[in-house]
Amino acid sequence: MTPIVEVESVTRRYRGTMALDNVSTALQANTITGLLGRNGAGKSTLMRIITGQEFVTAGTVRVGGQNPLENDAVLGRMIFVKESQVYPDIKVKRALEAASWFYPNWDAELAEMLMEDFALPANRAIKKLSRGMHSSVGIVIGLASRAEITLFDEPYLGLDAVARQIFYDRLLADYAEHPRTVLLSTHLIDEVANLLEHVVVIDRGRIVVDAPADDLRGRAVTVRGRAADVDEFVAHRKVLTRQGIGSLATATVTGPLDDLARTRARDLHLDVGPVSLQEFVIRTSGDLQERISA
Amino acid sequence: MLEEGTPIFLQIAEQLSADIVDGTLAEGDRVPSTNEFAAFYRINPATAAKGINMLVDDGILEKRRGIGMFVVAGARDRLIQLRRRDFTEQYVDPLLAEAKRLGIDTDALIGLITRVTATSLTNKPTSQEGEAS
Repeated sequence: MTPIVEVESVTRRYRGTMALDNVSTALQANTITGLLGRNGAGKSTLMRIITGQEFVTAGTVRVGGQNPLENDAVLGRMIFVKESQVYPDIKVKRALEAASWFYPNWDAELAEMLMEDFALPANRAIKKLSRGMHSSVGIVIGLASRAEITLFDEPYLGLDAVARQIFYDRLLADYAEHPRTVLLSTHLIDEVANLLEHVVVIDRGRIVVDAPADDLRGRAVTVRGRAADVDEFVAHRKVLTRQGIGSLATATVTGPLDDLARTRARDLHLDVGPVSLQEFVIRTSGDLQERISA
Repeated sequence: MLEEGTPIFLQIAEQLSADIVDGTLAEGDRVPSTNEFAAFYRINPATAAKGINMLVDDGILEKRRGIGMFVVAGARDRLIQLRRRDFTEQYVDPLLAEAKRLGIDTDALIGLITRVTATSLTNKPTSQEGEAS
């Protein structure tokens, strides 16, 4: 299967800083991919490059086999909803109207339904909206455009938990009816973990995880027990973290554990527990890992 | 409802199997669609499909074109056979390990099982009679 978005050896350097460092990844058509990582890791830069809003220093990007840069044919197939989307000084309904002209798959009924879901006032000027409502405008446009490739970059600043759940539910429901390629960057990993089919974790400009979401479940496990037993058990494994308290210790190691390892853990009276996607990302990115391996 | 650490598609497959074994889903029944599963569990439809397809491959479910997914005749017996095979490893081994840790020897354990079984057998009918009258 040819991926719909291909990023090959992309480097993006700003004066002195390396925003993306030789990044390669691909998005398969009609999948939901989570783009995860800390602030400043390079998530937004990667999304801007995919949507042709930024140049690469080196490397190539292909969307539907073409370079997205100043390519109207490609850009019309994509929508990019940003964290702090800037709109002209117009009313909500005008912004939706403008979007309906631009996106060929626009669904006015869906837009109307989403407006109700988020209690968006059609006649209010966008600049007079609260932070959360401002975010919902982006979400309504992002979903109702039904663009073949849909990118959401932290789309829910200021949205409460209920509104975020509405977003996830509507995204899933509409995606099920009208499959499309979705790239969603977020910090709220636990909230979206089950929506994702694929996960890309980026850390300081480099991709550190690029795998099917299901493979990541069980990729790491925590073992807890007597310190000596824990240390014996993890001796030949990659240890992500280890904490001790008195004679007890907890360690996170890369999994999965096979039957033999599980039996061994049972014999040593170790508690074996799962690690959530969020914990896994925390433990594979950022300074934490360096401190551990140091 | 869903737990960490186990791939979701496996959990979907296990949940469906459990429903078939305890009769919640009878043979010949229609199974919820991929999208219904996705919406209910709030999971990616591809993940739900993977779980359902696993049972299709195992001959537990069958796809009838244009109408949906159904429980195959004989599916319950097959699942019970499979589960019996795993019973020792999943239940008996941990039980014996814990008993050993607590100093309960095999004879005491058998006695315990007999006693608990007897209690639950005598308790059940009386409570049902109580409800009926």
